[in-house]
Amino acid sequence: MKANAMSNFEIVAREDFSDVTYLLEVRHPLMAKAAKPGQFVIVMLNEHGERIPLTIADFDQKKGTITLVIQAVGKTTKQMQQECKVGTSLYGMVGPMGIPSPVSHAKKVICVGGGLGVAPIFPQARGFKEAGAYVIAVLGFRSKDLVFWEDKFRSCCDELILCTNDGSAGMKGFVTDGIKVALAGHPDVEEVVAIGPPVMMKACAEATRAAKIKTMVSVNPIMVDGTGMCGGCRVKVGNEVKFACVDGPDFDGHLVDFDDLMVRLQRYTKVEKDAHERWSESCRMTKQVGPSALHALKRGGQNELLELPDPFEDAPGG
Amino acid sequence: MAKKKTIRSIPQERTPMREQDPQVRAKNFEEVACGYSLEDALRESERCLQCPDEPCIAGCPVGINIPGFIQKIGEKNFRGAYDILTDTNLLPSICGRVCPQENQCEGVCTVGDSLEAVAIGRLERFVGDTALKEGWVNIPYIEPNRFKVGIVGSGPAGMACAADMAKAGCDVTVYEAFHEPGGVLKYGIPDFRLPNTVIDAEINNLKKFGVKFECNTLVGRLFTIEQMLDEMGYHAVFVGVGAGYPTMLNVPGDSLNGVLSANEMLTRCNLMRGRDFPNFDTPMPIGKRVAVVGAGNTAMDAMRVSLRLGAEKVYCIYRRSRTEAPARAEEVHHAEQEGVEFHWLTNPVAVLDDGNGNVRGMRCVRMELGEPDESGRRRPVAVAGSEFDFDTDLIIYAIGTNANPIMGQTSKLKLNKWGYIGADENLATSVAGVFAGGDIVTGAATVIQAMGAGRKAARGMKAYLGIRDAGLPYVGGDGGTLFGIDTRERNFARVRVA
Repeated sequence: MKANAMSNFEIVAREDFSDVTYLLEVRHPLMAKAAKPGQFVIVMLNEHGERIPLTIADFDQKKGTITLVIQAVGKTTKQMQQECKVGTSLYGMVGPMGIPSPVSHAKKVICVGGGLGVAPIFPQARGFKEAGAYVIAVLGFRSKDLVFWEDKFRSCCDELILCTNDGSAGMKGFVTDGIKVALAGHPDVEEVVAIGPPVMMKACAEATRAAKIKTMVSVNPIMVDGTGMCGGCRVKVGNEVKFACVDGPDFDGHLVDFDDLMVRLQRYTKVEKDAHERWSESCRMTKQVGPSALHALKRGGQNELLELPDPFEDAPGG
Repeated sequence: MAKKKTIRSIPQERTPMREQDPQVRAKNFEEVACGYSLEDALRESERCLQCPDEPCIAGCPVGINIPGFIQKIGEKNFRGAYDILTDTNLLPSICGRVCPQENQCEGVCTVGDSLEAVAIGRLERFVGDTALKEGWVNIPYIEPNRFKVGIVGSGPAGMACAADMAKAGCDVTVYEAFHEPGGVLKYGIPDFRLPNTVIDAEINNLKKFGVKFECNTLVGRLFTIEQMLDEMGYHAVFVGVGAGYPTMLNVPGDSLNGVLSANEMLTRCNLMRGRDFPNFDTPMPIGKRVAVVGAGNTAMDAMRVSLRLGAEKVYCIYRRSRTEAPARAEEVHHAEQEGVEFHWLTNPVAVLDDGNGNVRGMRCVRMELGEPDESGRRRPVAVAGSEFDFDTDLIIYAIGTNANPIMGQTSKLKLNKWGYIGADENLATSVAGVFAGGDIVTGAATVIQAMGAGRKAARGMKAYLGIRDAGLPYVGGDGGTLFGIDTRERNFARVRVA
């Protein structure tokens, strides 16, 4: 059932930020028109692929494109890094999913992005700017080599605090240190929005809890359908269980049970490694001895599991 | 002229259908029930009395002329039988497999008063499968009209509605959020009950009718129902998105790794082909000792899938007794044959942790049946002090679903207090031109009920659009009102704003 007149999900641009982080710009005029900050897509690389959720990093109505920033951490994201060249197409891309981030009328906000979370925080920062807010961006990376989109943020933010773990660019420290600096200069900040690895979002929520500053986070748990049907993405928010795909993905950071979220993200970690190793090995073997050996290898280990890659899992900047 | 059949002259025993041996089939995903052979079908067709009352027709949600198609089988006119079936049901191979016939046509069969009822479902499947094998398609003469109809959701309700609207001459497009059409038939019902090849064949038949399928399209988010009507040129829209949102038990330990919904496990296995891992990339959660909570058809599917994935033990945990189990009797029987251990009158109270966030076991309490509750079933009551623990490493919840919230979030459709879409007796919603049916209106039900709803909505839609259909009394008419719209005015927008 390949027929899809809606779009063929062609990749029209690609940019490699580092060895592990890459950007894909995918043609989908209808989605570019519909997308709002905070929403995500589910992507399938090929017919045999898994469905992986990716937050929309940018959308361009004029060009009719959706931008995704991806970190190669699991089998699928590494395979995409290898195969998604300009001119090729994804097998499937559905969205925009999730409730758009409520761009509030806050007058002064801090937008925090850690590692890969820097990409999806961008449309929010731009959204707040367009709504007339004073926007302070706090961006965290592991080191200078991994920094991306600094210019893009400068163009839509009033202030930018860049943090690196080793101090090779901007200030030395975590995004939470950046938040402290921002709050010291602006005690009247009304809202903080943080996107990044769960451990980073947890730290951000803790950093603002005492001052009772509204802090929104965007969670990215394991999903299958993305339409509320499987319940795999359930998260504890306060006393309630919410499905990130249709009730979120944005929730009040002071209420999210991050420990629970982190444990649930580890569901397939052990087997993900095996699957990934098998795949890397098969790539090497295809190069060396051709596809028949690859076939034999793929047949092995029928009962092992593979992780649905969480692109934020090992993201730097936390 | 054949001599009149009597209850004494027909074959007394119902013709059995060959099944894979339980021990063998519990290890594969091939179809359990192998279907009737030609001889089986001819013999079973003789058991229909062709009685004048035809209670079976009234018992069928889509009103198939059952004695008619069975008679054609008896005459070895299988194409004729197919023609009669497809007059009312375009998906006989699917319905023959998944309808709960014992509560419908077969439940009211005259033969069933004294003997076992005629195996109508098996005969229907035989005809449908013969047609697929022979490549028969009945494409009626369709005179195109100017109407464009959008269908949201490609499950049984959407497919049935699409078929009827296409037959009426409308330009029909079906939108599906997944990458393949079929809805619950694809993601939910496993191959050993309904092979994907059968679903795809039926979908291809719809395409031959001119029905277009657009996958990877999440209506509500990519575009709204209002946009379909206002900007995209649709004259009417049918919403058949299913109920969706799985219920969790709400006991301590619910969020541990190793607890998942039947929807998730079945989708990974069926639609995503996780059972073919690593040829397909989607991983399957695999347990050695699997506990499935619930005793509906979905629960039976989850248990039988678990066995096929290599579970050593599969337990069914259900708080009522076997009599109250909502699954079809045949499904319970099949699960039992394959080795599922049933624990009736047992209710989970907690999921137990291994200390690392994974499931270690389950704590349950014994139940006994008390007074009947609002559903008419005897209410299960916990037996004090009867708690016990057992080991399990995978727990699957198959305890029903709630309304999917996406339509409510993105449209002006009026919902009822449970979040399902409100619809009148014509399945018209609060927004003019928008009809809804299936699980998103009624809550979780069966495939054939959803198909019935799809067809009912199609009738309402035709009346709304003013399409005169042979056999369809035109409600409304000049000067009348149709779903609150003055038909002379034909000003649908005015009503929609209200």
